[in-house]
Amino acid sequence: MLDAILVMSGLALFLGSLLGYASIRFHVQGNALVEKIDAILPQTQCAQCGFPGCRPYAEAIAEGRAEINQCPPGGEANIHKLADLLGVEFKSLNAKHGAEKPKSVAFIDENTCIGCTLCIQACPVDAISGAPKHMHTILSQECTGCELCIEPCPVDCISMVPVAVTVSNWKWKAPSYLQEAG
Amino acid sequence: MSSPYLSQPSSVSMIMLKVLCAMIPAIAADAWFFGPAVLVTICLASITALCVEALMLQLRNRPVLPFLMDGSALLTAWLLALSIPPMGPWWMIVTGTAFAIAISKHLYGGLGNNPFNPAMVGYAVLIISFPVQMTQWLAPESVAQAHLGLGEVLDYMFFHILPQGMNLDAVTSATPLDTLKTQLHMERPIGEILSMPIYGAMGGKGGEWMAAAYLAGGLYLLQQRIITWQVPVAFLASIFAISGLFHLADSAHHAGPFFHLASGASMIGAFFILTDPVTGPTTPKGKLLFATGAGILTYLIRTYGNYPDGVAFATLLMNICVPLIDAYTQPPVFGKKK
Amino acid sequence: MRKLFHFNGGVHPPQHKVESVKDPIRKPPLPEKLVIPLHQHIGTAAKVAVMVGERVLKGQKIGEATGNVSSAIHAPTSGKVLEIGNFPVAHPSGLSELCVTIAPDGMDEAAPFSPVDPFSMDPAEIRKILRDSGVVGLGGAVFPSAIKLNPGREKQVRTLVLNGAECEPYITCDDLLMRERADEIVKGAQIMRHLLHAEEVIVGIEDNKPEAIAAMKQAAGDEIEVVAVPTLYPGGGAKQLIRVLTGIEVPAGERSTDLGVQCFNVATAYTVYRAIACGEPVTSRIVTVTGNVKNPGNYEALIGTPMDFLIGLSEPLEGSRGALMGGPMMGFDLPSVSVPVVKATNCIIVKSEKLFPAPPTPMPCIRCGRCAASCPADLQPQELYWFAKAGNFGKAQEYSLFDCIECGCCSYVCPSHIPLVQFYRYAKSEIWAQEREKKSSDIARVRHEFRIERTEREKREKAERLAQKAAQTRAQIKAEENS
Ligand code: SF4
Ligand code: SF4
Ligand code: SF4
Repeated sequence: MLDAILVMSGLALFLGSLLGYASIRFHVQGNALVEKIDAILPQTQCAQCGFPGCRPYAEAIAEGRAEINQCPPGGEANIHKLADLLGVEFKSLNAKHGAEKPKSVAFIDENTCIGCTLCIQACPVDAISGAPKHMHTILSQECTGCELCIEPCPVDCISMVPVAVTVSNWKWKAPSYLQEAG
Repeated sequence: MSSPYLSQPSSVSMIMLKVLCAMIPAIAADAWFFGPAVLVTICLASITALCVEALMLQLRNRPVLPFLMDGSALLTAWLLALSIPPMGPWWMIVTGTAFAIAISKHLYGGLGNNPFNPAMVGYAVLIISFPVQMTQWLAPESVAQAHLGLGEVLDYMFFHILPQGMNLDAVTSATPLDTLKTQLHMERPIGEILSMPIYGAMGGKGGEWMAAAYLAGGLYLLQQRIITWQVPVAFLASIFAISGLFHLADSAHHAGPFFHLASGASMIGAFFILTDPVTGPTTPKGKLLFATGAGILTYLIRTYGNYPDGVAFATLLMNICVPLIDAYTQPPVFGKKK
Repeated sequence: MRKLFHFNGGVHPPQHKVESVKDPIRKPPLPEKLVIPLHQHIGTAAKVAVMVGERVLKGQKIGEATGNVSSAIHAPTSGKVLEIGNFPVAHPSGLSELCVTIAPDGMDEAAPFSPVDPFSMDPAEIRKILRDSGVVGLGGAVFPSAIKLNPGREKQVRTLVLNGAECEPYITCDDLLMRERADEIVKGAQIMRHLLHAEEVIVGIEDNKPEAIAAMKQAAGDEIEVVAVPTLYPGGGAKQLIRVLTGIEVPAGERSTDLGVQCFNVATAYTVYRAIACGEPVTSRIVTVTGNVKNPGNYEALIGTPMDFLIGLSEPLEGSRGALMGGPMMGFDLPSVSVPVVKATNCIIVKSEKLFPAPPTPMPCIRCGRCAASCPADLQPQELYWFAKAGNFGKAQEYSLFDCIECGCCSYVCPSHIPLVQFYRYAKSEIWAQEREKKSSDIARVRHEFRIERTEREKREKAERLAQKAAQTRAQIKAEENS
């Protein structure tokens, strides 16, 4: 009995120190970690997380100043990835920061647009083109759907339209049947 | 739904049914040589298995009927029933079967998800918990001092009553493998041991015929492509090789390879237990590795262990290694062969 | 005799080919309307080259090839352009794509065709003609042939393989084409061989088509070898056929050209011949209509013919419900039977409960390994299934998900009737979507960083300008004070 306890605790001690060593030895360096987190974040640059863009949020996560569940565009899938990367528990999306929704892109009603350039200044990725006093257009390929241009528009001519499903981006669904194992 | 829109008319139940059929010759041989007790055991185990299966499916919120019909619970029951002494007490059979189905199958996720062979888990639990009952094997009827009819068997199994004046020793004996081990311990020469009445031409009397029947059933399964050759061949070959080596090195203390092939659970193990797809590896190389390992372990446990036979523990030990074996024996993909 | 090789796995599904080979190729009447999608090939969709109301002639280009990988689209008959808009196309999604609708005028007046002599021409010119004639792989992959007919600079294509295996059940369009038009196929093969400078040409035909083999042998002469290959699905997959005929295994993600072999469908060779030697672009193809119909057969259908028009000609039987396009192993369920025939339409199978009963409810995987034993790509389908189902796509990729050719053998043999292939298609499309997202988020990151840099620079420049201005003013005031 006694030797069993001794062996077990010895083993526990050994494994524990091994784990401790590993966590020091393989600790990811600060900057590299920020890069890795930033690579997971969706780069919508919408600031819903409470930081002025994805990279500042990545830095905040790396420094432990922010939770991993503050990014609505990334959604649960990204939170899982962050949890895996950082070795922490998964948390569901914090509703205070918004809800996950299908990706949309901004659309400018070109008849209403007065060419005020306010939206251009708001766009974090320069996805709006247009000169002062001329109507503006969204480069929908580049638009991240951050919605930051909606508010500044004085004539409310910008709306969000969901990205259409086409033959080229259509996805096969997972088969669904009632009787599943596991 | 996506293509293909055609499928072969095979099903899990059909596979299980064929395996069950393949076991019938061995069961017949068992009943022929050792009396009707085995039939009672099989019935009892089957009923228990089906009830527990239905109960567990209900508890796990799964559709009961399709899974009950898949035959896997019956197969587990039969395998377990054939691995334990045929005239065990009823509660032992029920406990073993219930444990196999409820714990080692359903608690791990049910059909297709259990890492350990349920029948062997049931066997292991029984032999650890009830070592006495689990070693009371029936002697072949041609050797036994007395015979039991069906009624007497039922009396014993359910009420622990033997016919007046009869001693349990009159109908039971240790298995040939066990006897060999204990007698060798007592320094008896091997030739003398093997000429005891319970031994036949190759293995135990009766037992060797069951081995032959399992072999026949196994060949049927091979012919039906239910199982592949790798597991039986590698398992039997490795037992043959290692027992042959020991025999050559020291024939006074080690029985020959044919004795080992014809004794204990070698044949049922090779064709029916280790070939369980769920708990075995899927790659051809992995199957060879898995069965070879099981063969060596079986021999070592038989020879040096404390248990009458080694197939069950060898199977369980190799079951643990399956994910590893599978991961390391992935065959090269088309066009990427070295 | 040529030494044949074999590939692992494969299955023998019931053939159902005799039903549709009784008649020669039929010429259907003109339908009332032709709806011609502009995206019938792998690559970029063709750009509309006609206007609504315009009269077009047979063979006139109505879609211009754009981009590196693309192919032109032509009017199949003369008539008026009724409409240019989105219509449902033959795709498992049932979604719409841009189509040109033509109302035939019944005159079938052709634009002037200009045949050329391929053997005295610059190969690059010929490839251009092929691209402008809309020649794409007609085996089902519809990859623009001009690209595959480029031998590349260093590597030599030794062997040109013509695929007449037609391994899928029900389909017989290539069989009949070979029986009836073997000469043209052989001539097309000679043009292709010339383009590739190939040393040898081998035609592989499954041995369940003796008539086609005989016809092709007769047409082929000595220069082209016609080889009967064992009937084993998917022996007509390009990789499998190349393996059987040459022993070469083309790994996923590699071009067979780099291994000295190139493979085309026999129907493609036929269209190459028509395009070059007759100057006639691809405006029709042979389509097998079979399944639950009274009169199964093969039609030389104009591209754009509504499928239900062809089905009607074959007289669907009682109990018909929907149709498949392609074979039952790799084809797909048509969301609507009124979509138009495209270049990829080799076969239309009318379904019925009896021919295609609903599959039994799937059971859990029992790891029986039958799928792995039947997989021609030597994969472990049960592992792929496990990872795909768990959403563990990275692991699925590690287990070579993208080597899967979606042949369906694994699902076909699975005793648990698991829709394995659908799991793989699902996993693949999720991975593609993730990659698309990754790409666009990478672009967004760069653009965002660029913007930050720009605004900072502008701020800095403004500050500098102001500082300069201030310094100037100060200097000016000083100077004024001094004077
Ligand atoms: S919430 Fe917006 S800004 Fe913040 S990380 Fe997510 S996408 Fe980037
Ligand atoms: S054939 Fe089906 S049941 Fe068998 S291993 Fe493959 S997926 Fe599993
Ligand atoms: S569908 Fe993919 S995994 Fe299944 S048999 Fe074909 S190649 Fe193998």
